[in-house]
Amino acid sequence: MSANRVRVVVTGLGATTPVGGDVTSTWSALLAGQSGVKTITEDWVDTVPVKFAGTAAVDPAEVLPRPEARRLDRSEQFALVAAREAWQDAGAPDVARERLGVVVSSGIGGINTTLSAYDTYKERGWNRLSPFTVPMLMPNGPAAWVGLDLGAQAGVHATVSACASGAEAIGYAMDMIRSGRADVVVAGGTEAAIHGLNVAAFAAARAMSTRNDDPAGASRPWDRERDGFVLGEGAGIIVLESEEHARARGARIYAYAAGVGYSADSHHITQPEPEGRGVIMAMTQALNDADIAGLDVKHVNAHATSTPAGDVVEVQAVAKAIGTHPLVTSTKSMTGHLLGGAGGIESVFTIKALQERIVPATINLSDPDDGIEVEIVHGANRELPAGDIAAVNNSFGFGGHNATVVFKGA
Amino acid sequence: MAATEQEILEGLGKIINEITGIPASEVTPEKSFVDDLDIDSLSMVEIAVAAQDEFGVEIPDDQLKNLKTVKDVLTFIQN
Repeated sequence: MSANRVRVVVTGLGATTPVGGDVTSTWSALLAGQSGVKTITEDWVDTVPVKFAGTAAVDPAEVLPRPEARRLDRSEQFALVAAREAWQDAGAPDVARERLGVVVSSGIGGINTTLSAYDTYKERGWNRLSPFTVPMLMPNGPAAWVGLDLGAQAGVHATVSACASGAEAIGYAMDMIRSGRADVVVAGGTEAAIHGLNVAAFAAARAMSTRNDDPAGASRPWDRERDGFVLGEGAGIIVLESEEHARARGARIYAYAAGVGYSADSHHITQPEPEGRGVIMAMTQALNDADIAGLDVKHVNAHATSTPAGDVVEVQAVAKAIGTHPLVTSTKSMTGHLLGGAGGIESVFTIKALQERIVPATINLSDPDDGIEVEIVHGANRELPAGDIAAVNNSFGFGGHNATVVFKGA
Repeated sequence: MAATEQEILEGLGKIINEITGIPASEVTPEKSFVDDLDIDSLSMVEIAVAAQDEFGVEIPDDQLKNLKTVKDVLTFIQN
């Protein structure tokens, strides 16, 4: 890493999640240990083995003006709500349009639109489709709408890597600023995939919890009784900026986006590689990119989705790549798994943890599984030390994609 | 019995409000969609699809482009 490389800072945060409609309400819910997972009553629920999900705490269609909402897929609605919050939080930076970029990703895209439009087409014919059907279902739609909303011209991108999409978006945004393509980039992830087909398909992959008698207790990362992930929805988006640009306008700086690391397992299309080699590689590269040592990392917001296969492999990899000392948590125990939105909201949570020096406890972890050497925060929130510390957000996706983002306290 | 011009105007006002956010009271016969109401061609398609459901009248694309004012649509639906 060159010593004079452009440094990237975070100046704005936005989120809409199963536990809150914005960052403030979401963060206080996490610190209070509240679950956003609840029984669902959609008409398809009888056809699938999973009867609960982390539905958004605030319906985005109620927040956005109606004419706007009706042209947007729900994943796009979430993205716009979170992006506008982040942009205002950053003080609506004065930046040339040619120097403003957007990287907003989704793992699945506008799947609700795809499925309902297919019904309309079959039942009523092509000419009853909304002329906005294509921009509603295309996976770059959320990025494109955020780009239009802000007038971004430096490049609008959507990195797609299943549940690593949101973290990869933030990494790509950091690279846009470091390479000189942009001064400010709005980046994160969004997902709106709570639909019978997705639930059926993930259930067919035997990936989902079926703890129907206890929805709030269903997402239980690292617990011996965990039986799969819980589907959540929402978006998390941050404003990234070159340090020079942020300092020149006197912006509040939450944290440095200090490093990013990627890898691919090349092992199995859905199963994690049991030795965690790919995950170790992503974390090691992220630390190298941030030019920090494992000991500098005091907190890890883990990917840990509550699946039997993945949770323990990840923390064993944390122990090897970073050490056993960081305070590790999985906020998915409260939000459920937002798929492509996960890296977005969890980056927001990692940054809030650094800013407020507190790690929200993982809920539902009453009996930790064997083989865990790291310190998992559960039972009560834990304080982070003062001083110059770093924190890591991990995101991994079907396909073997691994992305790790390192944030450093400002 | 066919809808009166006033009923069609009210229905159309509702549709346009739903799609564009323009108050229904501004949807009056002499208004031009493009020049007065600032409605673009894709929104016109949305309006035509909704009007089809509301009034049971098919508006083909080659006709749609000739409907420049609210009055044009009222006349088309009535005939």
